[in-house]
Amino acid sequence: MSADVELSDVSVTFGSFYAAKNVNVKVNGGEFFSFLGPSGCGKTTLLRAISGFQEPSEGKVLIDNKDMSGIGPNKRPTALIFQNLALFPLMSVSENIAFSLEVRGVSKEERKKRADELLELIALEGQGDKKVHQLSGGQKQRVAIARALAVEPKVLLLDEPLSALDLKLRQRMRTELREIQKRVNITFIYITHDQGEALTMSDRIAVMNEGELEQIGKCDEVYNNPLTPFVATFVGENNPLYGKVTGIEGDKAKIETADGQYLATMNESKKLNIGDESIAFVRPESLFIPRDGDNFDNKIDVNIESFEFEGNLKNFYASLKSGAKIKFSVPNAIDTSSITSGSSIVLGFESSKSIILPKASLAID
Amino acid sequence: MNNFLFTQPFFKKNGKAVAIYFLVAIIFWFVFLVIIPQFYMLDLSFRTNVPPLARGGPEDYYTFEHYSHFIFGSKTATDAFNFVDLGVFGRTIFVSMLVTIANLLFCYPIAFYIAKIANPSTARLLIVSLIIPFWINELLRSFALRILFANEGVINNFLTGVGILDQGILFITYDIGLYTGLIYAYILLMMFPLYNAIESLDINQIEAAKDLGSSSFRTHWRIVIPHAKPGIVSGCTMVFMLTVGALATPVVLSSPNTLWFPQLIYQWFNMNDNWSRGSAYSIILLIVSVIFVLTMMRIFKVRIGEIIK
Repeated sequence: MSADVELSDVSVTFGSFYAAKNVNVKVNGGEFFSFLGPSGCGKTTLLRAISGFQEPSEGKVLIDNKDMSGIGPNKRPTALIFQNLALFPLMSVSENIAFSLEVRGVSKEERKKRADELLELIALEGQGDKKVHQLSGGQKQRVAIARALAVEPKVLLLDEPLSALDLKLRQRMRTELREIQKRVNITFIYITHDQGEALTMSDRIAVMNEGELEQIGKCDEVYNNPLTPFVATFVGENNPLYGKVTGIEGDKAKIETADGQYLATMNESKKLNIGDESIAFVRPESLFIPRDGDNFDNKIDVNIESFEFEGNLKNFYASLKSGAKIKFSVPNAIDTSSITSGSSIVLGFESSKSIILPKASLAID
Repeated sequence: MNNFLFTQPFFKKNGKAVAIYFLVAIIFWFVFLVIIPQFYMLDLSFRTNVPPLARGGPEDYYTFEHYSHFIFGSKTATDAFNFVDLGVFGRTIFVSMLVTIANLLFCYPIAFYIAKIANPSTARLLIVSLIIPFWINELLRSFALRILFANEGVINNFLTGVGILDQGILFITYDIGLYTGLIYAYILLMMFPLYNAIESLDINQIEAAKDLGSSSFRTHWRIVIPHAKPGIVSGCTMVFMLTVGALATPVVLSSPNTLWFPQLIYQWFNMNDNWSRGSAYSIILLIVSVIFVLTMMRIFKVRIGEIIK
């Protein structure tokens, strides 16, 4: 059983500070939905509003089309997984998992049965009598999930639960979380500042900044068609090219920058006019070193400053004539031995891979 | 010898001066302030009560008479047991237990409020207002309560003056004043261990329990109280031990008809000039209280080590 979750004009204020402002979003039943944003953007506040720990100052939270105002966290069909997991250290693993059943007066045998079922779901069979501190980080993670699932909530809320794990484990837990979500088929609402986590696990993501929603959409949509300079630079990396619009050709706009003219694609909802201050974005992986026969819409002269080796990629840091910085990545399989610090080269990129947006502040500012 | 001592890890770690200070301070504290006086008291409690000049003489010998007096009374008494002293003793232990429980019930909600609900500035204000009244000494606080509870005291005058009662309530005669005074006397020693224990609980634990459907009562029962158990035990132990041994409060507030056991001890020492018997009574109080506390700890499955946490 899963449920829709709808935030309708939700604002949360602390004094005169808006932690969340006019948030409208509808999460569909059975969906894996992520709120993505930098720390302090209000995503945790929204999660607390959904779970019932924080009443919205304005607007409504609806779960299954039912208004949740005045309903406490212990009465909502949601379960929250805390950032630090908040497992009960004085109880055994089984007692932790069955706690929600215990408080509902479920008999001891029934509790044991259900705990064993859930232990199986999280691949910890026979470990129910252990104390929490005897488990590894990943195991604790899974126990927290099992504990939240024990009451069969319609919505599972996850507050950056993977942030304390090391990289390998984090990657494995992403897959595992996704699998558990498919198996139990309930709505997952996930909070994170890690765009990699959000992109790999979610059906849809909502990007937040300073309490407001910047964009909602499927992962590739948000990545390929960011609606704001903030989203463009927060989700993945992007090189900004600042300038003025000098021409419009269909859905393309020509931008005049200090370093030359480029052609970039406009977003349907963010039409530009000639003379507008704007930014064209091009991602490091969309910048290419032209080979014979390549013909790119845009060419850009750069001077290589430094480079770093990431494994699968080599990242080059270069400067333009105006002093603006640009980063581009080349797959490790391509030979780049001729490119060294100080060399001047020409890069190319396609107008279809470059987005032009009205000027606004970036995520990295 | 010196070299052996100074090469010990303790000396290396702390340096000579600090290490010597620690050793001397601890030995002085333990030997001079604890072991020697208690040992003399123990010795005295097994000796006959003779004037200083007769000490070491033929009349000064070891005996159980003071202990047997506590249980069976004087040799000339007609009763089989010393009902008076045993009664005072039993009542002291029993009332102290009730005082401890009352303290716990009073302090737990307040400690929880200060530790987990109040915002930091309110919490600081509350803690300060708990501490400041205790700058007034115990004797003065007891007298202040006496003024309140006396037959012609503030409360009775108010109640009869307003016309709620025709006649004042005998707060002192029924020892209501005493019980109130005893509860108030050591309340901070319950409050602070409780506060510290609850304060260290991660707020997410409480929220997690709530999110999983737990009522407030059950969250306290299953999460907060088990976490705070070491604080509860250390608070209860201190309050019980100090209440059992309280003197100033009972002297001021107990009814003329009843005695608190330390008053009895005081009488043997000071009014009857029988230090041996006073010592024996003190030793009895000490041993029984310790056994009582240890038994309680066993019943509630607490180990000594947990208290110090």
